[in-house]
Amino acid sequence: MHIVVCIKQVPDSAQIRIHPVTNTIMRQGVPTIINPFDLFALEEALALRDRFGGTVTVITMGPPMADAALRKALSFGADRAILLTDRLFAGSDTLATSYVLSSAIARIGQETPVDMVFTGKQTIDGDTAQVGPGIAVRLGLNQLTYVERIVELDPSLRRIVVHRRAEGGVQVLETRLPCLITMLEGTNHIRFAGMDDMFRAARAEIATWGAAEAGVDEPGRCGLRGSPTVVKKVFAPTPRTEKATPIETSGKSPQEIADAAIDVIFAAKPSLRSEMAGRRQAG
Amino acid sequence: MPDAKRPTPARPGAAGRSKELPEHLKAYKGVWVFVELERGQVHPVSWELIGEGRKLADTLGVEVGAVVLGPPAGRVGAVAAEAAHYGADVAYVIESPVLADYRTVPFTEALTDLVNTFKPEILLLGATTLGRDLAGSVATTLATGLTADCTALAIDLETRSMASTRPTFGGSLLCTIHTLNFRPQMATVRPRVMEMPAPDPARQIRVVAHHLDMAEDDIVTKVLDFIPDSDQDKARLAFADVVVAGGLGLGGPENFALVKDLASVLGAEYGGSRPLVQKGWITADRQIGQTGKTIRPKLYIAAGISGAVQHRVGTEGADVIVAINTDAKAPIFEFATYAIVGDALTILPALTEAFARRLGAQRAVAAE
Ligand SMILES: Cc1cc2nc3c(=O)[nH]c(=O)nc-3n(C[C@H](O)[C@H](O)[C@H](O)COP(=O)(O)OP(=O)(O)OC[C@H]3O[C@@H](n4cnc5c(N)ncnc54)[C@H](O)[C@@H]3O)c2cc1C
Ligand SMILES: Nc1ncnc2c1ncn2[C@@H]1O[C@H](COP(=O)(O)O)[C@@H](O)[C@H]1O
Repeated sequence: MHIVVCIKQVPDSAQIRIHPVTNTIMRQGVPTIINPFDLFALEEALALRDRFGGTVTVITMGPPMADAALRKALSFGADRAILLTDRLFAGSDTLATSYVLSSAIARIGQETPVDMVFTGKQTIDGDTAQVGPGIAVRLGLNQLTYVERIVELDPSLRRIVVHRRAEGGVQVLETRLPCLITMLEGTNHIRFAGMDDMFRAARAEIATWGAAEAGVDEPGRCGLRGSPTVVKKVFAPTPRTEKATPIETSGKSPQEIADAAIDVIFAAKPSLRSEMAGRRQAG
Repeated sequence: MPDAKRPTPARPGAAGRSKELPEHLKAYKGVWVFVELERGQVHPVSWELIGEGRKLADTLGVEVGAVVLGPPAGRVGAVAAEAAHYGADVAYVIESPVLADYRTVPFTEALTDLVNTFKPEILLLGATTLGRDLAGSVATTLATGLTADCTALAIDLETRSMASTRPTFGGSLLCTIHTLNFRPQMATVRPRVMEMPAPDPARQIRVVAHHLDMAEDDIVTKVLDFIPDSDQDKARLAFADVVVAGGLGLGGPENFALVKDLASVLGAEYGGSRPLVQKGWITADRQIGQTGKTIRPKLYIAAGISGAVQHRVGTEGADVIVAINTDAKAPIFEFATYAIVGDALTILPALTEAFARRLGAQRAVAAE
């Protein structure tokens, strides 16, 4: 089995701060992490390799510093890591990103055919869930999104059965390898990095591919130039014209505050009083 | 690679960002909505999007098209007729046995073929698991721009392009994205973000039936089974009339009971901000906001929630928002209706007690 996992390095959203005056994102000094959703993809891939043998190759497209995310993936036990980095890639939207990633995967597959590609459900910064399907279409892989569980996998028959989260239930899908899986969150737990793997990761040479090495034959299809979507403006949401009406709290007891709040709520929405009482009676 | 099948898109070269639309793209007219019909049911987000598509189409002076795909002798015809009630002018329908259950390949083939044949300038889909799976696949096949999880859509008449607004990384900013030199312009929108239009049963649909040249043998992926969720609880938060939610300001998981207590007295649903899910205080299906549920209740009570933009976009549709926060400068007070600057840990129990007392009295009156 040869499995490729796509991971992205993202700023740790828990530590992002907004500049209080300019209202812009303060990225400086914010630590980076592997996109949390991608860890479920990575663990699933590692578990399959442990079961069936083979290789897990991790790739990321990003700035040179994204090699830290790859090193982390190696410490969890991935076999090989490739960093896709080139000034041409900067400013890629999802269409351009999936073009670069799929070109690289095709190139990787020329050495050892790729049986499965894993991506996370979505990134926490782009947050689109589009890159996975984009790769599947470009490489002609059978697409399995929002996978909760791999129920059966037979590498020799090249058959796979999965549970896919759908609206209102779970679809049981059967398809053939090669396939692309976007893994749902909460489906597994990333393993602890072992000592051996941590040493190996620290020493590892991480292959760095520019556009040419990644097999990007049309530079006009990646980066800003290859991105059909254009961000025209970034802005702070406008405050509502009417400010929130304050409910007096200073010098009041919690009970007085609560009664005052209920008075204004029922004044604003008279129907709520009987609806709530009715629901309580029914429930 | 399936690239060979792709129509050659215009590449944004040196003049790539110009205002003038390339000649061959001027033929693209109309606003389309993909109607999500699964196992005989239409996902409500489709009707919400037809309502929104109607507004865009009226600004552009074009028609609203509803795309309805499904098996023969199923509900395709009835659903197409219903689409008119919500504002569609024309339905593009394909009935084929391969469209009985959702699968990426036949649905992508059907939708891209319709787009290439009838050339809409805008294509909207619900940001559901189905819609996102399909949108990503279709946009790549058509090599056009797709903006995910939009919270507002508008038309920029100067460029005749759609302005798609969505929250951007960081927690307090929005960005507006355009697809200038490619058609159709695609966007997904989450359920409950747009308002459900009032249906008009008198409106009639024009049906354009199309043929899909695909047989079951052409499709590798098979649906073996569908296991419906037993827990119908999941959907309720989005449709609840009253919602009580807590955030990190509650201080610890043990205090979340204060939120549940108030919700239970009100017969309300409860939820929380995303960090509570990440910390394991509540389950993921209780998350409110951009990456959780969008809610449109009559009353929303938010306790200890700062009101980051991802939270705001999921709650702004509420009629009345009561926010409890110790910080008078918290962003939530910029969109709340009523502001209680105070400690949620004392005010929540007081509200629970006062509501119980007053609703109890109400019930006694009703019983007399
Ligand atoms: C891509 C992306 C998607 C996201 N999606 C979502 C989403 O869907 N939903 C969501 O909610 N967030 C989402 N977030 C996170 C969002 O940006 C905020 O980080 C989050 O909403 C903050 O949660 P909070 O208000 O509970 O915590 P905080 O921001 O820490 O706010 C806590 C608040 O409690 C107040 N407080 C403290 N003590 C008390 C007390 N005793 N009584 C009353 N008030 C008190 C504080 O003044 C403060 O305002 C997303 C972020 C990203 C990057
Ligand atoms: N720059 C990137 N490098 C590698 N993988 C990526 C990159 N961007 C997105 N992905 C993968 O695609 C998935 C979906 O990303 P997105 O469409 O941005 O939500 C992520 O979970 C990653 O697995």
